[in-house]
Amino acid sequence: MSETPTPRRPLSPLPEKPPIPTTSPTTFVGGGLVEESFDLALARRHRNGRIFEWVCWLATWGSVLILGVLIAAMAWQAFGWLTPKFLVSMPKRNPAEAGILPGIVGTFWLILLTAILSVPLGVGAAIYLEEYAKPTLLTRFIQLNIANLAGVPSIVYGILGFTAFVRMFGLARSEYLISFGIGTFQLTLPFGRTVISGALTLALLSLPVVIIASQEALRSVPPSLRHASLALGATKWQTIRYQIIPSALPGMMTGVILAMSRAIGETAPLVAIGAATYITFTPGRIGSLSEVVTRPDKLAQVPFDSFTTIPMQIYGWINEAKPDFQHVAAAAILVLLAILLISNGLAIYIRQHFQKKIRW
Amino acid sequence: MTADDRQSPNDPPLASSHGSAASDLVYRFTWQRLRENFIQFTLFMCALLSVLTTLAIIFVLVSEAVFGIPPERAFFQEISLSQFFLETRWAPQYSPAFFGIWPLVCGTFLIAAIAGLIGLPTGLLSAIYLSEYASPRVRSIAKPTLELLAGVPTVVYGYFGLRIVTPYFIRPMLRPADVFGIDWLWNIPVDGFNALSGGIVVGLMIIPTVCSLSEDVLRAVPRTLREAGYALGSTKFDVCVRVVVPSALSGIIAAFLLAISRAVGETMAVTIAAGQKPTLTLNPLSQIETMTAYVVNVMSGDTPVGTIEYKSLYAVALVLFLTTLVMNLISQMVLARYREVYQ
Repeated sequence: MSETPTPRRPLSPLPEKPPIPTTSPTTFVGGGLVEESFDLALARRHRNGRIFEWVCWLATWGSVLILGVLIAAMAWQAFGWLTPKFLVSMPKRNPAEAGILPGIVGTFWLILLTAILSVPLGVGAAIYLEEYAKPTLLTRFIQLNIANLAGVPSIVYGILGFTAFVRMFGLARSEYLISFGIGTFQLTLPFGRTVISGALTLALLSLPVVIIASQEALRSVPPSLRHASLALGATKWQTIRYQIIPSALPGMMTGVILAMSRAIGETAPLVAIGAATYITFTPGRIGSLSEVVTRPDKLAQVPFDSFTTIPMQIYGWINEAKPDFQHVAAAAILVLLAILLISNGLAIYIRQHFQKKIRW
Repeated sequence: MTADDRQSPNDPPLASSHGSAASDLVYRFTWQRLRENFIQFTLFMCALLSVLTTLAIIFVLVSEAVFGIPPERAFFQEISLSQFFLETRWAPQYSPAFFGIWPLVCGTFLIAAIAGLIGLPTGLLSAIYLSEYASPRVRSIAKPTLELLAGVPTVVYGYFGLRIVTPYFIRPMLRPADVFGIDWLWNIPVDGFNALSGGIVVGLMIIPTVCSLSEDVLRAVPRTLREAGYALGSTKFDVCVRVVVPSALSGIIAAFLLAISRAVGETMAVTIAAGQKPTLTLNPLSQIETMTAYVVNVMSGDTPVGTIEYKSLYAVALVLFLTTLVMNLISQMVLARYREVYQ
């Protein structure tokens, strides 16, 4: 690195060349030599500092650049393959006609069910731990346990989901048929490789993340708010329901959206529970939007039907032998990244927006 | 609540002497009170669910791997521990099947080592930049962007490793002969699936984890320490490297451990980019199989339930679970102690 005299922020509170104290005894003893070596040493220290700052800068923006390279590489691979038709067609054996519709619809239903299952439980657990729990041994154990669960590899959750929900430990084996008048709804008891198995698995997986994020949001609500509410005669639950939850809501929403966007991208647990990679119908065989209203039997069938998701389709296409499927996979990756970018952006926007607005 | 505190139920003389109104506050049954208790109980059950999840994971893994439920025999009841830990081949599909865990452990270690070499220094340096050098405005842009990097799904990283990193970065560097047609240069063989590409993408993946955890611990170092450093004539570089980083060292190590445990548990990226062939090798350019990739490999196939190959899955998962659990526990304990020191 050459030392170009560009104007820059001072690196340290010290001036670049501090005046050498002439009264220092060293000037008399060692003559000019000591001053010289001190100057040189200081210059070297500043130079090292500048190189170090430059390396740190490079590490940060290099990582940001990688995100750019990643997206650019995907766009290059998918160029010409990401068409409107790709979004609304079923997967085909011919790469040129393949589409991602079952993945999009499957991801939607899966994440909807996951959120319904994990958000109330996660927020409830967070409220208990922050507002009710006394610092007992049990509380500390639960807290440590949640932190560890957040670090358990997702494939292990997949094995749990496969054993507990898909197979139900090999115990139950029965089918129920419920007639809706216009159609029949079928429920099988080991859930099998269905949307509900996937949603239960992903709910367990995202529960610790939701709990930790909600706890952080609750912790940021100042205690004075609780005291004021209790002093006015509100019960504990009224305080939580009408004061604390509304104040912590933006933080909780950010955490929940981030947890759900992590769940959108999860592949390993779904491979483990055996979600399909190639499927030519949407869950519940719902053909059009109007059928959601007109055919309740199909809607009820959704959780108990086979499914695929966008990441599963990508995984399937990556494993295909025909080279053209790699471009199809890249196109699907772009769709997935777009969805995640929107949801992450939304979460970050909520956080920044409300952080500015709320002042205690 | 305050009424409860002042007049505990064990204090009848006080309650009776103050008349019925006060004691009513303590003892009277109301629907309101029942509701409050019910809500607290429900919320406690939500919190307990996380413990149940852990117990369920342990039960599932142990019942298939260590102690079978009577008619069934578990993996370690059929395969001895000595074969599992002393055999050097992992070949569950062959007719004399071999169950030596080392090739899988070796593959996992290789990935974690490469990922660590790439991700840990980069993550720490960017944490130092964000916490010590960057202005608040720069940080407010760089942090969310790094969070986006953490949000990229692992299957995408896998594709990136297999289709971009290997053919366009590793091959041109190690096989210039093939790629550029220069035949007097080195020519090192590279498999299509290789541990290096898997390790690189996992390394990229853990950068945000390391960065955000380390930044938190660096920012928790008290300002007074930095100011003391400056007062003694340190440059900014000296303060960063000799004061702030050593003070935060335990927290940084905890962050590193957590990141490595993520690399060990990483599944899709290594399955796609590093391959599915268990090999006992330390050569990063050959195809390997990690523990996680083996689990995916078996589960995405049609292995019948109850076979030894199916059970081996749980044994591998148990090893994986215990490895990450120990790393996470150590990391949690170090972080907890770190917080005590500076708060």
